[in-house]
Amino acid sequence: MLSYPFMQNAYMAGTLIAIISGIMGVFVIARNMSFLTHTLSEIGFAGAAFGIFMGWQPLNGMLLFTTISSIGVGELGAKSSRRENSITAISALAIGLGILFLSLADSNASYATGILFGSVIGISRQNVIQMVALSAVVLIVTAFIYRFLKFDSFDAIGARVEGLWTRTLSVIFLVLLAFSVSVAAQIVGSLLIFILLTLPAAAAKYYAHTVGMMIGVAVTFSLLGVWIGLYLSYVTNWPVSFFIAVIEVLFYFSALIFQRLKA
Amino acid sequence: MTESILKLNQLAFAYSDKQVFTNLNYDLKKGDFLSIVGENGVGKTTLMRLILQELKPTGGTLSFLPNRQAVKVGYVPQFRNIDSEYPLSIQDFVGLNFARVGLPWLNRAERKRVSDILAETKLIQMRHRPLGQASGGEKQKAYLAQALLDQPNLLILDESTASLDPIAKTELLDLVKQINQEQQLTVIFVTHDIPLARRYADDYLFLSAGHYEAGPIAALTNEKVGDMDHA
Ligand SMILES: Nc1ncnc2c1ncn2[C@@H]1O[C@H](COP(=O)(O)OP(=O)(O)O)[C@@H](O)[C@H]1O
Ligand SMILES: [Mg+2]
Repeated sequence: MLSYPFMQNAYMAGTLIAIISGIMGVFVIARNMSFLTHTLSEIGFAGAAFGIFMGWQPLNGMLLFTTISSIGVGELGAKSSRRENSITAISALAIGLGILFLSLADSNASYATGILFGSVIGISRQNVIQMVALSAVVLIVTAFIYRFLKFDSFDAIGARVEGLWTRTLSVIFLVLLAFSVSVAAQIVGSLLIFILLTLPAAAAKYYAHTVGMMIGVAVTFSLLGVWIGLYLSYVTNWPVSFFIAVIEVLFYFSALIFQRLKA
Repeated sequence: MTESILKLNQLAFAYSDKQVFTNLNYDLKKGDFLSIVGENGVGKTTLMRLILQELKPTGGTLSFLPNRQAVKVGYVPQFRNIDSEYPLSIQDFVGLNFARVGLPWLNRAERKRVSDILAETKLIQMRHRPLGQASGGEKQKAYLAQALLDQPNLLILDESTASLDPIAKTELLDLVKQINQEQQLTVIFVTHDIPLARRYADDYLFLSAGHYEAGPIAALTNEKVGDMDHA
């Protein structure tokens, strides 16, 4: 299977995606941002469709849209009651725009399903290189702000009281999240990207009690999902995102059961 | 005990339209254990936020002595959102306060500091327990340990004992009092529990609407606090 270049690309990209998603996911869960992550992926869909319409790489359109909107959301700030509703509105707009751009761009339907549901064969070596670069940015910046991000994410009140620059931190985090969403969408598709960015970390919370361990467990769960998913998809010819979804949901529910048994 | 650490001079504060207090004067001495008492809503938390410089005075001054850099404030806030599913261990939670430029993981000296402070706050045995599953008293001790981690010389406890049972209250304040005495840590303890303030504080600052009083704790007589003494 790994003698095919497209499978090599898929495995390389998938591994990167799993690592990035596992790490970022821990902060997404701690910051209660699952919902926003979902919205960012819909915005990513609109961006990818826009990219196709403009004749760009879908990834570039995605980056453009998700980055701009993540900064916009950061500006919406802490007024959380209004935030939920604004996010829903933005979501609706994003999906609408995505559909419009796709129909305006006279591309075939398989391109659209690729964006929405992800694909294995669509990943070129050049995509992989771009993904490596983006992932490197995410990893380096995260390592740099790690201690601050950890404090702000796991104890926002304590961090504010200690005078941490929490506003700036949350904008930086959202931009990193935008990058991660765009990268991850390449394989699982924008419709299912929140799977990798939320479920492994949500499960990890029940097994680990330090941030470092949670990251370790979350990365393991997402790596297993992606690797096994890619293999099963290759063997059965069914979509890879289906398998990833099932595997991650299994991890999540076993974590809940594990928690029940412990109590 | 003559050295001052914090001076309030004709301090006034108002939220956009609501005056909270005016002409507040106080001279906080180094090593003092000051209780700030008063009914809910008189502005105790607001005063703490002024000290933390989260808010700016609308009148008068608030100054740290000998200078701003010399005073490091540790604050245990009144409200914290830690639910029963909160995953981090007590140890990891306390270590969060090492938020400074550095490697992602704590170095040896930092790990040593975390375990010293856990020992000091009597949390060492339960340090691996998830904070979400700790009792109210243990949670407050963890908040205290986190605030003490980077060695403040002014510690503020904002209603930290409000939700605790009598035994946990005593345990927490015994601990704070011990550190206050051994390390000359200046403490501001915000409470509406007068008997508790009497038991631990050296001095008091009593806030009520449009009025305040201060003095040694022995002078905090019942007629002064009026019907507040039921706490
Ligand atoms: N952010 C705010 N904006 C406007 N008013 C506020 C704000 N925070 C507190 N207040 C008001 O200021 C007064 C003092 O509040 P606070 O300092 O929290 O009192 P305490 O801590 O003594 O219970 C109260 O009347 C409260 O409603
Ligand atoms: Mg208060």
